[in-house]
Order: sequence, then structure tokens, then C-alpha cells
Amino acid sequence: MEPFDDIAIIGWSVSPMVRKTDKTEAQLLLEVISGAVDDAGITRHEVDFTCAGSCDYVAGQAFSFVQNIDAVGAWPPKSDSHVEMDGAWALYEAFLRLQLGDADIALAMGSGRSSTADPSIIYPMEMDPYYLAPLGADAASFAALQARALIDGGQVTERQMAEIAARTRRDAKNNPHAQVTGDFDVDQLLAEEYLRAPLRRHDLPPITDGAVAVVIATRAKALELCERPVWISGLSHCSELHYPGMRDLRTSASTTSAAKAAGIENGPVEVAELQSAFTHEEPLLVEALGLSPDVSVNPSGGPLAANPIMATGLVRVTEAARQIRDEGKHRTLAHSSSGPCLQQNLVCILEESA
Amino acid sequence: MSTQPCAIVGIGQTQHKSRRWDVSLGGLVREAASRALEDANMDWKDIDAVVLGKAPDLFEGVMKPELYLTDALGAKGKPMFRVHTAGSVGGTTGIVAASHIESGRHKRVLAVAYQKQSEGNAQFALGSGKGASIGAGGAFAPYMRSYIHRSGAPADIGPMVAVKDRRNAFKNPYAHLKIEGISIESVKASPMMWDPVHFLESCPSSDGACAVVVTDQAGGEAAAKAGRPPAWILGTAMRSEPSQFPGRDPVRPQAAADCAADVYKQAGITRPLDDIDCAELYVPFSWYEPMWLEGHNIAALGEGWKMVERGDTEIGGAFPVNMSGGVLSSNPIGASGLLRFAEAALQVRGMAGEHQVEGAKVALAQAYGAAAQYFSMWVVGSSLNPLG
Repeated sequence: MEPFDDIAIIGWSVSPMVRKTDKTEAQLLLEVISGAVDDAGITRHEVDFTCAGSCDYVAGQAFSFVQNIDAVGAWPPKSDSHVEMDGAWALYEAFLRLQLGDADIALAMGSGRSSTADPSIIYPMEMDPYYLAPLGADAASFAALQARALIDGGQVTERQMAEIAARTRRDAKNNPHAQVTGDFDVDQLLAEEYLRAPLRRHDLPPITDGAVAVVIATRAKALELCERPVWISGLSHCSELHYPGMRDLRTSASTTSAAKAAGIENGPVEVAELQSAFTHEEPLLVEALGLSPDVSVNPSGGPLAANPIMATGLVRVTEAARQIRDEGKHRTLAHSSSGPCLQQNLVCILEESA
Repeated sequence: MSTQPCAIVGIGQTQHKSRRWDVSLGGLVREAASRALEDANMDWKDIDAVVLGKAPDLFEGVMKPELYLTDALGAKGKPMFRVHTAGSVGGTTGIVAASHIESGRHKRVLAVAYQKQSEGNAQFALGSGKGASIGAGGAFAPYMRSYIHRSGAPADIGPMVAVKDRRNAFKNPYAHLKIEGISIESVKASPMMWDPVHFLESCPSSDGACAVVVTDQAGGEAAAKAGRPPAWILGTAMRSEPSQFPGRDPVRPQAAADCAADVYKQAGITRPLDDIDCAELYVPFSWYEPMWLEGHNIAALGEGWKMVERGDTEIGGAFPVNMSGGVLSSNPIGASGLLRFAEAALQVRGMAGEHQVEGAKVALAQAYGAAAQYFSMWVVGSSLNPLG
């Protein structure tokens, strides 16, 4: 795959990340869309294409995204789409759309209010309805199976997992959007009971309500509008078999192949923002991406500090972009994931210059 | 950056019926996808990426089914993308698959859309499990009444559309409803569901799937050379507008007009009625045929129902619509849009069998969703420049 250097991120906005918001999803989106177009120095009218990522099951309502169109300001009507995936995949559709040449500015967004229901009731329903969903096993249960495989394979220890939890939540103290922050003692964390063995509470992400919006533009438009566009040099995703039992859970082949397609080998990465919602996924993804030990992983705190389902992946993109625009980094990576045991993975490589 | 030409070289659909209890969800989508691959003379390994579309997950009770269906659709090691834009989703699925090609990213993409309505209760799901849903018919009935009021259309127009589409269904081996002896009288004698829509003017609940293989220009030309005519995508467009606000006209939505204007412009269509040979429009309730003929500026305002009355929209008429029997004859909701898009492509490929419109070179397909506020359209041609 040829690396792309024609499309850049020119603005974004992330909502506060909270355990339970009293706002509707449309209200959350209204704020981040306003924030993102302000950040890009444009108005909603200048956006040629919009794409949202959200999930009816998270919202607890069929056609839940339909109300969200109110936040887009689709009047006059907009060229618009929606994916039942994380906002990172909405970015993917917008990214393809801008390559067609008849649109210059696109808005991608992701939103979710996980607080509306118990994830352990919702998540079994994303499994094969005939053989897996009836087991009632939720995302955390499948994650625990993967954690066990890694521990048994000597790839991570429970102590290392607790250290990851402590590190990310300490780092999150500097992130104004984070939900779970603070200093945690690893020994104390390890003294806690298992929630889904070998996972303890600290190995799991919080339940979060939140939204994110990102504005992207084609080269000429980006250079016209933005002093420091962040270039999307690669964006790819890949899926694996659904059945965890038919995969080698100690690796993430789809992450490796998405990263390769996104051009990870073209240069060193300084920061990686990973959708590692469970602690053990971090070392797994770091290895799958082939990241060197000096790469800073999830300096924002990552999903362990705030996990707004359906927005978590796109938030990673904004955090990786922020590292370039505001922290002087040159090349960063964002990752998003969906499905049991990291079934489906997306990798986005961002660069300072085109 | 510019759009690469894109061709449809494979089309497959399932037998649509009330209950496909002989297949799982995976079996259903695989039936359509296998047929599309066979038509394209391709194997699973030839596909670069899969785009999956369906209407609400609550309809079958499977959340994000693209995860589970990755296995059945041979998407291991490939990008698997999931679209959901309400009733227009099937159309959007085709358009997003095309953008994978037009952007130059991939060469062969499989678009699949489905619904297996028998797995759940759509009416229950529309109310998000809380009951009290008025359903789609209840939501659209006021718009249809308003159309009748504004246009002065005679009461028989809706039943005429229902009879025409159900008769066309007899020419389509995949169609769900085949109602022997249907007549304007029998339609009018059927129970009134949501005034003005009688039972026989309303779409069924179907299990079904549709799949389309799209390729780049080289793929389209190779298929043509091998004697398998492609359909060339001459334009695609999507438009959305909010559900309601003062000043919105849900009977003739601005998004419908804008979407059509966009796709006509891309395809070089200046006089839709003359330039387009036939159309597959999303007509889940009979009155939507004249409404979309006007809404997409094929007919002038108030003239759509006259086309129906004259028989223009029959196969063999001046502007055939829903030759396949349309949504009124088969309605696996998520797939219904892609079925429109695929049936339009079959027409310009000359492969529509008994419901073929003689010499069709340019065909229009449309799907709409939610409160008549999401639109997706494409125009396909028998060549890249069928209008000369």
C-alpha cells in the first residue's frame, strides 16, 4: 500500500469523560462538533462530508444515530454516512471519501453512552448468536481468556498488568479529559479480588460516556486553513476470525497486518495511543506493532483512564494528533479495536509533515 | 486525487421469504455472497475487503454482527466494514464499497447487505423493546396522505402501484410475495393498515440478503472481454437531513432532491425521464412510487401519479420502475437498498431475465430511510459513456 500524505487532521474536540452524563448523545456530539469546527477555524457549512460511529446496543435504541444528525447541522442536507463501529472507522470512511476529489473537508465522529446499561448484559450479544452468545460471556470474560493465554505463555504477569494500570492512571492525571486518574500502589492493586480471573478491577476500563469529533481536509484545504496540519500517512484495518478458539490469542495478526498496510515500517514512531481496554492488551499490541521500548504508550492514560465505547478509538487518533501538533512529536500511531479478544483492529499513522 | 472508474461484475441474492429457517444468519449472507462471487467468476481469496450493511442490530438481536459474520464472509485477514444508515443502508453499503475502489485503495470489494426479520420482531425493536411503536407504516402514512391531498391523485394510484409491483414479482425468481390474482379491487378490499395504506399496499417482512462484487476499471474491462457484461457506476450520492424542524417538507424532502441532482450531474443526466431507461426505487408503501418520481425530479410536481395512471412505470412503459417487484414484493430491510442497486445493475448488464427492460443502458437505483431523511442513490450504465 502506498503511503498517503494527501489528507490531514485540522481540528478536533473531545468531550469530558464521565461515568454518567445527563446529556443525550446528540448533545454530546453538538458540543464536540462545535469544538472541532472551531478548532479547525471553519463552520459546519464548510464541511462537505460527515460520518458518525455509534452503536444502537450501547444507546439501547434502534436507529439511535438518527437523532444525532441534529448535532451535525445537516441543513441544507449533507452528504453523510454512519458506521455501526467506533468513530475511528468513521474516520476511515471519511478518509476514503476525501480521496474521491469532489469533497475537501470531512467530519468524523464517535459517541457512546455506556452508562445506560450493564455492559455484561449488552456485550454477550456481539458474539455468534448460535454458539457463543448463549454462553453469556461478556467482553471482560473473553478478555480474561486472552489474559490467561498470555500469562501462561510467559508474555505478561499479573504484576506487570497492575503496573500498566498504575502507570496509565498516573499519566492520566495530566489529561483533562480523563475519568479515572491517580496514584495507585501495585501491591494494593494485586491484593484485590479477581473480577474475571485473572483480571481484577484495575485491569478493566471504566464505564464512560463521551464523544469526539475530528475534522480532516485534503492537502490544499488543510494548508489553507491550518498552520500545523497533522498528516494521515497511513490508515488501515483488518479483521480476524470471530471464534476466539480458532485464533492464536497470544498474538494479534490483524493488528500486525493493519500496521504494515498503514506503513508502520516507513519510520520510527514516538508515541502510540492504543485501544488497550484491558491491561494485558497493551504488551500484546506493543509486540504486534513491533514498537521499540522507547515508544511512549498511552500517555493520555488510554482506555483504562476513559473508555467511551464507540468513541474510544477515535479519541486515540486525537491524542496521537495532539502529540504532533502540541507536543512537538514527528510521527505517532493510533490504534482502535472491536470485537472479542481484539478481533478487529485499525491502525492510523500520523506525521508532522506531508 | 480523483475518482477511479468502478464496475459491478458480480451480483447475488437469496431466495427471499418470511422465514429462512433453513439457514443461519451466516448461511443467509453466504448464500448471496457465494452467488455474487460465482457470477463474478471469483473466489473468496480474490476479494480485498468486505463492506457489510444492515438495519438495526435489534432486529435480530445480534450486536455488531460484522464480527460474527467475518467468518462466513471470508473476511479473515481483510478489512471488514459495517455501515448502518437506516433504510437507506443497503444503498450506502454499495456506495461505500464503490468508494473503496474509486479511491484506488482496493481492486475487488464485496458488498453484502441482509436482514433476517424472522429472528426477531421489527415492530418491537423499532420501539426499542418498549412497545408502542407506530412502525414504519404509521410513520409514513401522514406523508402519503399529504401527498394525495397536495397532488389531487385519485385513490386508485396506490393500489395500481401495488398490483404492478406484485405482478412484476412473478417475473423475479427470488421475490418473496407472489400474490395470485391480485387486482385493484382485491387491494382495496384488503384491510386498511394505516390510512391510506391497505394491507396489500404494504411491504412484507422478509429474510434475505444481497451481495455485489465491485471492481476497478481493469476488472470491469476483463469481465466484459470474457463475455460477462459489467455495470459501470456512473455516479453515487448520499444525503441526510434532520428528522424534523419547522420548514422541513417530509413529503418532498430537500435531501431527496439534492441527492438526485448530485447523482444526475455525476452521470451526465440532464433530462432524467429521457436519459434514464428504468429505475429501482425504494417503495415500501405503494404511494412512494409517485412520491419519489416527483421527489427525485423525474416527474414534475404533481405529475408522478399520472405516470403511474398511464402505465408508464410498467415493464414496457416509458419509464419502468421496480421491475423486480421492488420492496413491496421482498423486504429484507437492510438488504432492500442493495437489492435496488443490484437490480439496476442487472438491467444494464442485460441479465434481469424475465423482468429485463429491453435495451436498458442507464438505470437509477435509490434507497431511503428513517423519517424519509436518509437517501442513497446510484446510476449505473452499460458502458462508461452510455449517454454518448
